[in-house]
Amino acid sequence: MNLEEYSGIWVFLEVKDGQIAPVSLELLGAGRQMADKRGVPLAGLLIGEGVASLAEMVFPYGADEVYLYDEEIFRDYRTESYMRAVLECVEKHKPEIILYGATSTGKDLASAVATDLQTGLTADTTMLDVNAETGLLEASRPAFGGNIMATILCKKHRPQMATVRPKVMKALPPDPNRTGQIIRETIELREEDIRTKVLEIVRETKEKVRLDEADVIVAGGKGLGSREGFELIHRFAEKIGATVGASRDAVEAGWIDHQHQVGQTGVTVTPKVYFAIGISGAIQHIVGMQNAGLIIAINKDPEAPIFQSSHYGIVGDAFEIVPILMEAFQKMPDKEVQYGGKI
Amino acid sequence: MLHIVACIKQVPDTKIIKMNPKTNTMDRSSAPAILNPYDAHAVEEAVRLKQRYGGVVSVVTMGPPPAVKAIRKCVEIGADEGYLITDRAFAGADTLATSYALTKAIEKISEIKPVDLVICGKMTIDGDTGQVGPGIARRLDIPPLTNVNKVVEVNQSEGYVIVHRKLEDGYEVIRSTLPCLFSVEKEINEVPYSPLPNMLRAARYQPVIWAVNDLGEIDRTLLGLKGSPTIVAKVWPPEKPKGGERLEGTAQEQVSRLMEILQEKQGLFRVKEEQV
Amino acid sequence: MAEKFDVIVVGAGPAGTACAYTLAKAGANVLLMERGEYPGSKNVMGGVLYRKTMEDIIPEFYKEAPLERPIVEQRFMMLDKSSALTFSYKGLEWAQEPYNNFTVLRAKFDQWFADKAVKEGALLLNETVALECIVEDGKVVGIRTDRPDGDVYADVVVLADGVNSLLAKSLGFHKEFRPDEVALAVMEVLKLDRKIIEDRFSLEGDQGCTFEIFGDSTKGILGTAWLYTNKDSLNIGVGAMLSGLIKHKIKPYELLDYVKNHPMLRPYIQGSEQQEYLAHLIPEGGYKSMPKVVGNGVIVVGDAAQLVNAIHREGSNMAMASGVMAAETILQAREAGDFSEKMLDMYRVKLLDSFVGQDLKKYKDATHHFEKFPQYFEQYIPMMNRAASQMFTVDGTSKWEKQKKIWRDIGTPKEKWRMARDLMNAWRVMK
Ligand SMILES: Cc1cc2nc3c(=O)[nH]c(=O)nc-3n(C[C@H](O)[C@H](O)[C@H](O)COP(=O)(O)OP(=O)(O)OC[C@H]3O[C@@H](n4cnc5c(N)ncnc54)[C@H](O)[C@@H]3O)c2cc1C
Ligand SMILES: Cc1cc2nc3c(=O)[nH]c(=O)nc-3n(C[C@H](O)[C@H](O)[C@H](O)COP(=O)(O)OP(=O)(O)OC[C@H]3O[C@@H](n4cnc5c(N)ncnc54)[C@H](O)[C@@H]3O)c2cc1C
Ligand SMILES: Nc1ncnc2c1ncn2[C@@H]1O[C@H](COP(=O)(O)O)[C@@H](O)[C@H]1O
Repeated sequence: MNLEEYSGIWVFLEVKDGQIAPVSLELLGAGRQMADKRGVPLAGLLIGEGVASLAEMVFPYGADEVYLYDEEIFRDYRTESYMRAVLECVEKHKPEIILYGATSTGKDLASAVATDLQTGLTADTTMLDVNAETGLLEASRPAFGGNIMATILCKKHRPQMATVRPKVMKALPPDPNRTGQIIRETIELREEDIRTKVLEIVRETKEKVRLDEADVIVAGGKGLGSREGFELIHRFAEKIGATVGASRDAVEAGWIDHQHQVGQTGVTVTPKVYFAIGISGAIQHIVGMQNAGLIIAINKDPEAPIFQSSHYGIVGDAFEIVPILMEAFQKMPDKEVQYGGKI
Repeated sequence: MLHIVACIKQVPDTKIIKMNPKTNTMDRSSAPAILNPYDAHAVEEAVRLKQRYGGVVSVVTMGPPPAVKAIRKCVEIGADEGYLITDRAFAGADTLATSYALTKAIEKISEIKPVDLVICGKMTIDGDTGQVGPGIARRLDIPPLTNVNKVVEVNQSEGYVIVHRKLEDGYEVIRSTLPCLFSVEKEINEVPYSPLPNMLRAARYQPVIWAVNDLGEIDRTLLGLKGSPTIVAKVWPPEKPKGGERLEGTAQEQVSRLMEILQEKQGLFRVKEEQV
Repeated sequence: MAEKFDVIVVGAGPAGTACAYTLAKAGANVLLMERGEYPGSKNVMGGVLYRKTMEDIIPEFYKEAPLERPIVEQRFMMLDKSSALTFSYKGLEWAQEPYNNFTVLRAKFDQWFADKAVKEGALLLNETVALECIVEDGKVVGIRTDRPDGDVYADVVVLADGVNSLLAKSLGFHKEFRPDEVALAVMEVLKLDRKIIEDRFSLEGDQGCTFEIFGDSTKGILGTAWLYTNKDSLNIGVGAMLSGLIKHKIKPYELLDYVKNHPMLRPYIQGSEQQEYLAHLIPEGGYKSMPKVVGNGVIVVGDAAQLVNAIHREGSNMAMASGVMAAETILQAREAGDFSEKMLDMYRVKLLDSFVGQDLKKYKDATHHFEKFPQYFEQYIPMMNRAASQMFTVDGTSKWEKQKKIWRDIGTPKEKWRMARDLMNAWRVMK
């Protein structure tokens, strides 16, 4: 394989509800930086039916070009049809890097494409960089349940590919004056050749998950003072779609069932966000939650050890702070943010 | 009679893994080896389909010899046969090389009895990619159906399946030709407590063990480290909370600052609307 | 169709595994049933394994078993609030084969031992709880497990399910424990660098030592604490009679915290990191609380039969010995084709004849005695500490003067008399 033949950075533009998915715009932001570093163009790859109008929308976010497949056969996402388009386009234009959002669609597509291209694919990347000279992509991601970070390279194969978690890259502020070139592509693909059919798409809201699988946990401790006080935790958790956790002392006080206990003699949790409210931070508690992505402590004792183990600490009375927090969430502009982002 | 192959892997229990703070390496010995939890659901789904339509469930894994234990676990769940492919040559495989080796194994199993359906877990908790399943499907040239959270129908005589694929905000109903490959979500089923006869069978069970040479014609350059386009260049421990930032100001100010931070990092909260 | 084995052994602790091993080796078809994820996963022990009994089962086992350290020194500490009177024996004859005792981590050891039984042909079934014995016509014929389709049958069932043997209870062999028949023990495994352990405890290479700690370690409740060295961890624990804990309203882990923070012990564990926390009952009733151990088609072994020597903290050895005796009896019964209580009673006779029975008899009054007279722990140990402090403090007072003071410290003539009598009694139950 002649690596020199491959040039340019691509972003797979995922379409969701007739819009370019936020994660794709984020990837254009990250891709722009890398393309500048390399001095190569940044292209979007847009596949769908009736999506031509969306192509224009991505230039303000940093794309120089968009490869567009706009055909009826692409109405619904299907691995086999989309994959064909990507494979053909890659064959024709030979990019050095392709980024996909680590969404169910992005991951599904990238895995299939990587196999056919016999190239490397790094999953769920959270950091990206590129070597200006060699064009080598440095894709870093959490591994082993978040216990370590690993940087993954693909030295001898092109294109280098990665899926990237939503919300970890930043979209550029749109520049309405930026324009680019739309390159229309066509493909020979008949419906009979596609072995899967989408019969129906059903939208629904998510239900709650278990503590050890929860993405957001609101945990309360002895500092809540009473069973009634602990209600605050339930209310806050419900408000933000979180799961309720507790310290052992709160459990032993009988305010909440043992199955909510986090820690050495409880559950070990790895949520993306962990609120520790009125919890002192005993080591037995810490061992159960220290791998959370973001730990936020609320405690009225400025000396409480929990502050040593949290990313952000608020010194104050839970009964004052939490209601203000709940109000702030209520006012949050982007309430239905896409689920599945990881920190 | 369906022949379903479930791909399963033995993994270190990453919830228990400890880091050596001095060397920044993982103390893998501290974590017991378990059946990848997602794969238990894959096997359970295979067993349920067997019970529903009749057939045979085989499980296959690529791994070191102790992975026999993971196969026994699958026999407890109700798998009929287990195949372990184990060989130095497989060591260091990334997802591409893994899917190649497993494809070879599945082809070999197919010679014993043609395979109708392959089921994988959504992902492994150590590799954590979810890429192996689709990789196998591509290599076998069968449709990959990822994120499956319900199997509506498997119709062997007419050669199709209908499943639900989970989406971020719902699901889609898909019809695919059979044979095909599912990667299943955890929520697809609950793995029940295994009955005693399965346990006794599992305790005695000896899986079929194959080395590279047993897999027939195979391109060794596509296996293991050699066949892996990706390499792990370095590993380092993620930032640990080390007495993080203390937010300043009045309660209101502290909360505002926190909200800024969350807005930067989140993507997680769906706020319940106040009832009016 | 439910399966039938020659023998089902419930519990893969030292007792059950020794029994299954012996049976399998002799060619019997044995099912060894364990509720834990694997043998040892739930098992607790201070951590001293005695060589002799184990070696009777597997000669030179120490060459391959996962042992921590051979013990070359045994220390005994009489602890007061801020002082300790210590005596110890260290002998390098214990540092070489065949050794004397070893520290072990049960999670590793039990797994290894059970694996040996499997290699001899026993079928090991993990993660399965025996719920009750299946009894037909007054004879135990099998086990009902907690699994669907969970019945399994055998000629003989061996109950090796540990101290709180629910199965023996359900057969009416024992009743619920009285709080003064069991000690509650809690312990922690503390990770510590190998090198630090060896320096701190003056050990060369693989050698190990044990501390047995009396007195303030249990805040005056009848019991002991211990500190053992493993390869790269320490084992620290405390056990106290349940009755005492209840009376003093102390939670066991509070007691352990107290021990860990005791100024006489703290320096030994400094810088270590907690790895595991375990709690367990130890039957301390001795000979007098030994239950019925044989019935039609059933034998009880190990802790389930309350075979623990509370004074010398032995248990695993008695468990193994009883397991072997049960196996031998069953093999004989098999030859005779008779699994009745009368036939199996041979086991009870053997047991009482062996060191297990002898030792249990010897100490039959000890626990009850110490339990009844708290002054041993509450008064005499502090007194011994004060006496030592008096004697060893060089302050210009003559040694005569010091002895007189110590004597005065004991109290009124009446109290002196009582102490003399207590010590005599203690001697009598222990000798
Ligand atoms: C062997 C063992 C195992 C254990 N296992 C576990 C375990 O699995 N999980 C576990 O959690 N613990 C465990 N513990 C217990 C642990 O050591 C602590 O005792 C426990 O975590 C303390 O709980 P807490 O933080 O809720 O209570 P406390 O330590 O009492 O802390 C309460 C905190 O709330 C703060 N506070 C009070 N009022 C307010 C207010 N109005 N607003 C804000 N803050 C307030 C206080 O400043 C204080 O810091 C274990 C202990 C042992 C010995
Ligand atoms: C804190 C402590 C310190 C000790 N220190 C020492 C020491 O230093 N040296 C020493 O020799 N002895 C010591 N002992 C005593 C020793 O641990 C026991 O005497 C010994 O373990 C008894 O062996 P066993 O096989 O009878 O029971 P256990 O070791 O208790 O084994 C019973 C097994 O049965 C299983 N089981 C129980 N119920 C069921 C069921 N219903 N179905 C299936 N499986 C079941 C359990 O999981 C367990 O594996 C100590 C004990 C304690 C608690
Ligand atoms: N070594 C392996 N042996 C068998 N199946 C595997 C192996 N690795 C991955 N799989 C299957 O592929 C799925 C996805 O794995 P991964 O891509 O590693 O996240 C797993 O849930 C398994 O079903």
